[in-house]
Amino acid sequence: MIQALGHTTIEILRDLGRTGWFLLYSFYMIVRRPPSLLHVLKQLRFIGTKSLFVIVLTAGFTGMVLGLQGYYTLSKFGSEGMLGTAVALSLIRELGPVLAALMVTGRAGSAITAEIGIMRITEQIDALETMALDPFKYLVTPKFIAAMISLPLLCAIFDVIGIYGGWLVGVKLLGVNPGAYFYEMEKSVVWRDVYSGFLKSFSFGVIIAWIGCYKGYYAGHGAEGVSKATTEAVVLTSVIILVWDYFLTSVLL
Amino acid sequence: MITLRNVHKSFGSQKVLNGLDIDIPDGKITAIIGPSGEGKSVLLKHLIGLLQPDSGTVEVDGESIVAVRRSELNRIREKFGMLFQNVALFDSMTVFENVAFPLEEKTSLAKEEIRCRVLSALEDVGLKNIEKKFPDELSGGMKKRVGLARAVVLNPKIILFDEPTTGLDPIIKRAIHQLIKDTHAKFGFTAVIVSHEIPEIFDVAQHVAMLFRGKILQFGSSDDIINSTEPAIRQFISGSLDGPIQMV
Repeated sequence: MIQALGHTTIEILRDLGRTGWFLLYSFYMIVRRPPSLLHVLKQLRFIGTKSLFVIVLTAGFTGMVLGLQGYYTLSKFGSEGMLGTAVALSLIRELGPVLAALMVTGRAGSAITAEIGIMRITEQIDALETMALDPFKYLVTPKFIAAMISLPLLCAIFDVIGIYGGWLVGVKLLGVNPGAYFYEMEKSVVWRDVYSGFLKSFSFGVIIAWIGCYKGYYAGHGAEGVSKATTEAVVLTSVIILVWDYFLTSVLL
Repeated sequence: MITLRNVHKSFGSQKVLNGLDIDIPDGKITAIIGPSGEGKSVLLKHLIGLLQPDSGTVEVDGESIVAVRRSELNRIREKFGMLFQNVALFDSMTVFENVAFPLEEKTSLAKEEIRCRVLSALEDVGLKNIEKKFPDELSGGMKKRVGLARAVVLNPKIILFDEPTTGLDPIIKRAIHQLIKDTHAKFGFTAVIVSHEIPEIFDVAQHVAMLFRGKILQFGSSDDIINSTEPAIRQFISGSLDGPIQMV
């Protein structure tokens, strides 16, 4: 039993070490041997552009729910005029970065793992290595760069659409003063709120690419191995995003 | 020359290579034969550094590829081409892009020159007008040919073939074997072929090594192996169920 426990501990430590090495080596490769612009643009299209629809949809309804919930809460205190501030701060500081990241994890993170995992089990990664080409340059670093660029931009779009979703419900449906909605928002939201949101989404971009690529790169055998890696990648990325969000929020507040 | 000395490799508790020694001569076709699951592909992957031995040495032209820096390993790997068992064509690329990929990444040739080299390599393996197809639109034999074209396009000094005819019909098998012989005659590379194709492989290879129980049981010319008195080799060649090779 002690032997089994020791074996498991060593396995966990080895996996953690390999995960950390994967992240460091990815950044090393970005600096040392940057990927081609074409590969990065392809990934920007895949991770960024193709996530737009789901981001706009999620943002719109999140903003509308915030407008609805916020109105009924604030109206108890006669502070409906603060609705714009409540919606904007919730979105910019918290919900925008986190929900955008979770949406991208579900849409692109899983696909990243599946793509690299299939390349692993069909020996395409080995083929790259036998050509004396570093697989990181072709498969990993373009995704890192694209995710680091896409996530803050998607987060910005999420925030804007969400704020207008809140406006639609608060102002157009529930009759909040349109001037108060935007004026209070402008007064309360400061630059620090905006950049803390962007900082979060940038780091979430790193997490999505990191875990997605790592799980695919070390996928197990066969279709089952890829399927397991994909599930693990989505679950682990989502959990790390939420845990990291807590720590980052506590530092940035 | 590729030299392996006292190479050991285990996966968990399973010992695959057990003090293996072999010298693979330059410019010849060497076949590695042996029962399934004996580690032939594992041995092949050691030759190009895709797997590292637990102990022992692997040298290519006198340079070690064990525990060396990635940049050093990549420099040595530039001597190699490899045809994988499942071909390992990049499935998101067309046939043309697959064969052009090593040229685009490893040379500074102009686009027109790359186009000429790719078409010429495809023609050498008997393929025409399939450049725009994707790998999943090709038959098994065609995929092997595209894989061979990709492996030879940079004129490597050494080409490794991992079961190049597995899963093909007898006519395509013969065609692929002939293709290997023809391209070898044309380019003069060192070829290492992992194969189960008995007796056809004796016609293709100049040297044959029998891998058994993690070691090279016998290394010699095709005739040496055909006429071997080693019970395991006799059993393997005859396909008999009785002998030292046990079915698990």
